[in-house]
Amino acid sequence: MTGEKKQGAEVRLEGVAKRYGKVMAVKPLDLVVAPGSLVTLLGPSGCGKTTLLRMIAGLERVSEGRILIGGGDVTDLSAGERNVSMVFQSYALFPHMSVRENVAFGLVSEGMAKAQAHAKAEEAVATVGLAGLGDRLPSELSGGQQQRVAVARALVLEPDVLLFDEPLSNLDARLRRSMREEIRDLQKRLGVTVVYVTHDQSEALAVSDTIVVMNAAEIAQVGTPRELYEEPANVFVATFMGEANHVRGTIETVRDGMAQVRLDTALIEMPARELGEGPVDVVIRPEAVRLQPEDEANGLAATVLTATYMGAHAEYNLETPVGRLFAVAPEADALRKPGDRISLGFGRRGIMLVKP
Amino acid sequence: MRDHKLAGNPLLWFVAFLGVVILPWHVLEDGFSLARLVGIAAAKPDEASALAQAARFDRWWLWGPVIALALAFHAVFLTRSRATQGDALIVAGFAGLSLIGAQGWMIGARGWYYPLFEVVLGALPMGQYGIGIGGALAFLAFLLMLTNGLAARGAFGGDRFVASAVGVIAASILLFTIWPVATILGQAFQAPKGDTLAHALASRFMSARIWGIACLYSGAACGVAWNTLALATATATATTILGLCFALIVTRTSFPAKEWLRLLTVLPIITPPFVIGLGLILIFGRSGIINQAFSALFGVELGRWIYGFNGVWLAQVFSFTPTAFLVLIGIVQGISPSMEEAALTLHARPTRVFKAVTLPLMMPGLANAFLVVFVESLADFGNPIILGGSFGVLSTEIFFAVVGAQVDFGRAATLAFILLLFALAAFFIQRSVIGKRSYVSVTGKGDTGLQQGIPDWVRRLAYSIALPWALLTMTVYALALAGGFVKVWGRDWTPTFSHFGRAFAIDWGANGIVWAGGAWSSLFTTIKLAGIAAPLTAGIGLLAAWLLSRQRFAGRTALEFALMLSFCVPGTVIGVAYILTFNIPPVELTGTALILIICFVFRNMPVGVRSGMAAMSQLDKSLDEAAVTLRASTFRTLRVVVLPLLKPAIVTALVYSFVRAMTTVSAVIFLVSAQHEMATVFIINRVINGDYGLAIAYAAVLIVLMMAAVGLIQLAIGERRLGRRQDTAPGEVNRRSAGA
Repeated sequence: MTGEKKQGAEVRLEGVAKRYGKVMAVKPLDLVVAPGSLVTLLGPSGCGKTTLLRMIAGLERVSEGRILIGGGDVTDLSAGERNVSMVFQSYALFPHMSVRENVAFGLVSEGMAKAQAHAKAEEAVATVGLAGLGDRLPSELSGGQQQRVAVARALVLEPDVLLFDEPLSNLDARLRRSMREEIRDLQKRLGVTVVYVTHDQSEALAVSDTIVVMNAAEIAQVGTPRELYEEPANVFVATFMGEANHVRGTIETVRDGMAQVRLDTALIEMPARELGEGPVDVVIRPEAVRLQPEDEANGLAATVLTATYMGAHAEYNLETPVGRLFAVAPEADALRKPGDRISLGFGRRGIMLVKP
Repeated sequence: MRDHKLAGNPLLWFVAFLGVVILPWHVLEDGFSLARLVGIAAAKPDEASALAQAARFDRWWLWGPVIALALAFHAVFLTRSRATQGDALIVAGFAGLSLIGAQGWMIGARGWYYPLFEVVLGALPMGQYGIGIGGALAFLAFLLMLTNGLAARGAFGGDRFVASAVGVIAASILLFTIWPVATILGQAFQAPKGDTLAHALASRFMSARIWGIACLYSGAACGVAWNTLALATATATATTILGLCFALIVTRTSFPAKEWLRLLTVLPIITPPFVIGLGLILIFGRSGIINQAFSALFGVELGRWIYGFNGVWLAQVFSFTPTAFLVLIGIVQGISPSMEEAALTLHARPTRVFKAVTLPLMMPGLANAFLVVFVESLADFGNPIILGGSFGVLSTEIFFAVVGAQVDFGRAATLAFILLLFALAAFFIQRSVIGKRSYVSVTGKGDTGLQQGIPDWVRRLAYSIALPWALLTMTVYALALAGGFVKVWGRDWTPTFSHFGRAFAIDWGANGIVWAGGAWSSLFTTIKLAGIAAPLTAGIGLLAAWLLSRQRFAGRTALEFALMLSFCVPGTVIGVAYILTFNIPPVELTGTALILIICFVFRNMPVGVRSGMAAMSQLDKSLDEAAVTLRASTFRTLRVVVLPLLKPAIVTALVYSFVRAMTTVSAVIFLVSAQHEMATVFIINRVINGDYGLAIAYAAVLIVLMMAAVGLIQLAIGERRLGRRQDTAPGEVNRRSAGA
């Protein structure tokens, strides 16, 4: 690792698909990862995100389509022939080699003399903040330290593209937060292109330039964290990107791109998102629900089912004519009681129309 | 390694060139010499290379390999793109293999093998010997060309090393298991001259000597097929019960001498297969101590009851109880303690827990143990040959059909075929039992919980069955070995070392040490051959295990299936199959040391494959993948990452295959020759001649020798760790979770 900023390579998938027998693990899809950006593949388990990552790595062969890295077609190249490194979920540190040997492994594979490789490995170990631990065996390190060794081992080869397969899933919550910041920081500093697989949406929101949400072997939506959270393409993305209530409403009128949407007695204005008049899917984030006195005009009538004190905020389950809603109220002082009748208002943000 | 080179390695072509043009194509019947290696200049057709034979000696069929070599030249040197070179290599390799195969299959030592060719192609006035060094090298080179070509076209993940490994293993299974077994089939379904096939088949397969049931209603003997099945069923039942008792005692009670009982599992591995039989003869035989005591005390002769079903059954139960124990101990330990703890917290009494939870969870394991022993009993040769008397089973009948007064290979093949069918049936049942319902739960999660005790009555029952049996086993072993130290058992009890002297005497002659004892030569041969076979066995076995568990390629399931299938072919069947197949060209091996080594390797490979697969399944697959993404070649990954982590499995495979090569008798007895006598065959010949003393002395030496080897295993591997709490050390923390 030289420390100087080097622009990573573009990754381009053209009609890439993976089939196991009759099962489509990944349906044909196109995707472009911009050079030097961090893209996460996000989705529930079994959605094909790890398979997609492994195809980019060269660990799985594509059934259809082409993969281009830095403009070159690598579809038929093996994993070792692509200038790509990977950090594994289990880290996959060789347990019988020291930290230094682990990190130098790739350099020696490429034909570098051992002494030189070890020196370079020592540098890389220092870059991830483990200076002086080169002689340890992986089993003598903590989980977070092992994670750093895995990153150093991948980075030392100065790959065009760095792949992460759920790298933080074996760490505890606190460590996860600091490690993801370190990874993001390192990526920005080195300018390497990163493809990052995770099933944790908050992790994805925190580290990504772009998020690719996958569902059932397909891409559900590609966008920035903000786009995905505030303008989800469909119900799946809306509910997967954070908590969300999904109800049915009716668009009464559309004017200047804004729709008047009726939820029972309430009439709410929100961006029309190119939808016309008629029945429509509405997604409401829990924090967009406002609890008001029962006599508030233009509200949605509701009955409190449960109320839970959560310290900093309160959580409610509410029964309404359009269905049950889950709400988070920022003030926990005036906790309502089950059975209370109230009226619901909605904030400008956090309530949106989606395609089904 | 970044590797954009072309697919064909020129080296392959030079190997093929050596094989086809330079080296003698056939076996050198008059012995090996450096000058004879230049087959291209040979004066005699039988010592010439393929090219020389075709060009100078009018053996036109050997143009085939030459043509394939020309094709290969084109493939390696004249094509340029990776894809077209791949195609060319596939064509050349395939042509080479099939042309070599065809000429070997069609033309034998006395011309055409099959009359049909004579009719179609005219008479052939000459024949050929088996394939020699030239032919073998050419075959290997063409095989590797084919696999490299396939890899270049994207098969086997585009990996040449994987492709070649799969090719070599598949070809060797085809050559040394499937082909011989198919030959048996061919023999069994071939009519003798002047007989119709239907009649020959009917008389062979339906004969009363095989299927007769006379023993049910008269004093006559039943057919050997029924004998075999009855024996196997009786043995498997008894050993499963005994094995379960031992397993329960060792894992679920506080029996003080547990570790000694565990030693029992090691015994069958290091015991030559007839030591138990000898021990039983020395106790219950006509001059055995029991008979002697009875006639001295009561004047009653107990007779020969030990010879026949009783004796063989007893011997097999002694021999195979440890096997069942070994299978069941894994099962009993593998049942997750939390199941039983759950049942206890649901207020089940210990007896109900045992009956409703523990026992049903063990059922698949019990079935498995039963079938494992069933197959072992089917294949057993050592015990029935010593104790069978007039009670014949399939394995011994096969032997007598080949070595007896009337050599009848058709009959041997038929019997072998029936035995094979039995073994295969048991194998398929076993597979479905294990495949569908295994409750053994070894999960990655730290599975904490204490193994629960068993109800008192179960414990007492287990003690009352197992402990006397353990005592009896030790007595049999002790007496079997004591027999080596008295002059003539039953008649002259004078202690003596003379048997050891006859076997292992050393004299000082004019030229140094003279190995005067009769056993030395066979012992040296055995150690030498086992020593050569062990690394080959372990190597091929582990390589196969790695391919099966780590690589995905077309035909993987087929390869795994063929491998597993070849394990269940009984030794006697393989023995007969080998002499039927390798006695004649194109592959003449009988009488050589090579055939013994090949036999060891392919009989014992399951050990390597199993220990390799077991070790591999505990090895995170992403370790391999990490090495690959770190630019390591497949071979480097295997050498630097996988092999060091497989050390325990390597040791197991090495030692077991060494020990098993030394103790096997069933297949080997058909394959030994005067030059290459094996220890076990030497011993069994002494037993057949009634020279028990020397046989026992020799067996004792073998056991001591192999104890040393097994000690190595135990040292290197130790007990399997499941990361569960131990009753004795409740404070011990799960190691894996602490290290993660």
